[in-house]
Amino acid sequence: MSVSIRGLGHSYGELQTIAQLDFEVGERETIGLVGPSGCGKSTLLELVCGLQEPKAGAVVVDGAADAAGRLAHCAYMPQRDLLLPWYSALDNAALALRNRGLGRAEARRQTSELFERFGLAGFEASAPGELSGGMRQRVAFLRTLVAGKPLLALDEPFAALDAITRAEMQGWLAEALRADPRTVVLVSHDVEEALYLADRVAVLSARPARIVAELRAPEPRAADRDAAVTDPAFVAVRERALRALHGGMR
Amino acid sequence: MRRWLLPTLLLAALIGAWQLAASTGAMADVLGLYDFLVPSPSEIAEALWENRSLLADNAWVTLQEILLGLGCALVAGVGFAVLMHLSNLVRDAAYPLIVASQTIPIVVLAPILLTWFGYGIGPKIVVVALICFFPITVNVLDGLRSIDPDALKLMRSLDASRRQIFRRVEAPAALPSFFTGVKIAVVVAPIGAVLGELVGGATGISGLGRLIFEDNANLEVAREFAAVAVLSAMALVLIGLVALAERRVVSWR
Repeated sequence: MSVSIRGLGHSYGELQTIAQLDFEVGERETIGLVGPSGCGKSTLLELVCGLQEPKAGAVVVDGAADAAGRLAHCAYMPQRDLLLPWYSALDNAALALRNRGLGRAEARRQTSELFERFGLAGFEASAPGELSGGMRQRVAFLRTLVAGKPLLALDEPFAALDAITRAEMQGWLAEALRADPRTVVLVSHDVEEALYLADRVAVLSARPARIVAELRAPEPRAADRDAAVTDPAFVAVRERALRALHGGMR
Repeated sequence: MRRWLLPTLLLAALIGAWQLAASTGAMADVLGLYDFLVPSPSEIAEALWENRSLLADNAWVTLQEILLGLGCALVAGVGFAVLMHLSNLVRDAAYPLIVASQTIPIVVLAPILLTWFGYGIGPKIVVVALICFFPITVNVLDGLRSIDPDALKLMRSLDASRRQIFRRVEAPAALPSFFTGVKIAVVVAPIGAVLGELVGGATGISGLGRLIFEDNANLEVAREFAAVAVLSAMALVLIGLVALAERRVVSWR
């Protein structure tokens, strides 16, 4: 198991955000977590990444149970792209390599290979402010990928984008994960997005978060995103997920 | 164009009106003064030209006080702000005192500094440094504290050390606030220098503030105005230089 969560509980002061949560994520599996806003999805992601220590229970990532160990195995992509405006797109994506002590030229060289592969060629020298929302998210995702960690923790990566760009980015991300498979924990409030991108979707209840349903999108999924999400079998699973989501909010 | 043209036109109109009111003697009549106490802009320009070497020598003294004082404030202010940012203990202990210290008027401190540091350039530098320290420290600290906590989480997950987080995220993010502080400091620095000179000027060349003070006592009103013009021109150039540096360094804004 890549990620193993047992009896996880967390709270902010009096507020219990997560209670008695158990789940596992397999090697190179993509798990989607959907739930109502404020249910503790983002907190759960930070606990997995080792950005916080849980108040109760255990989170183990690739055998590491302590926060520092988990942090070493996870790359975190926050909701907003948080590209640093004082660096070019390429230098933003190369941050993890620079932090690991690589020289600027070498970090840029390694990262620019990925820019070609992921449809960002030509935007290396662009300032983040010059990029469109979709392009910024691509750079942010690449920055996560370049970190070279076995587990990617994505926190609503496309929430800030308009519907058309989001659909396009979902197709792009699915493609990127096929090319460079990792274990992925994807938090989303969008059931369709989670079902399309993830192998398995866990529907969380309102606070304190617990899993109310686990669903899988029907296989095989069409390579084309629009065809995949409008397939009747997919739509049926989506409906079940939505009902579970609404049931969990009561 | 409009940004420069309109203020220039207004300034020209004001100087023109002053010229007219002073040269006809109307202004002196209204104020009930002798004509020579109300110099016209052309007479001030004449005094500026005739005393150019005296004014330049004094301006150089004042400029040194401003730059050295500002330099000390920059080093101490940035250093202290970073220290308070890195250590909650230092911040909680020192920050309230720094804010409270601003209630002590610098005007009353200047004579004490003079007693301690003598009549040379030293106490003037200290007065400038003291007056500039606060805006720089507070703005830099503010800039360092206003950083998005998510950006820090992101950097931690990208294997950044504390030092790398500071160098790659916190320091650049605090630069705009730093320049805000420096701009305020540059505006108040000449006040500090002139104040230091007024309280403790020596004989001879000892700054524009001292010159203004002496000319005032000797009723050399035209030269007094000329010295004021030189002082404010100097301050304007300094502000311009800081703005230029800001535009070059903070290029992403």
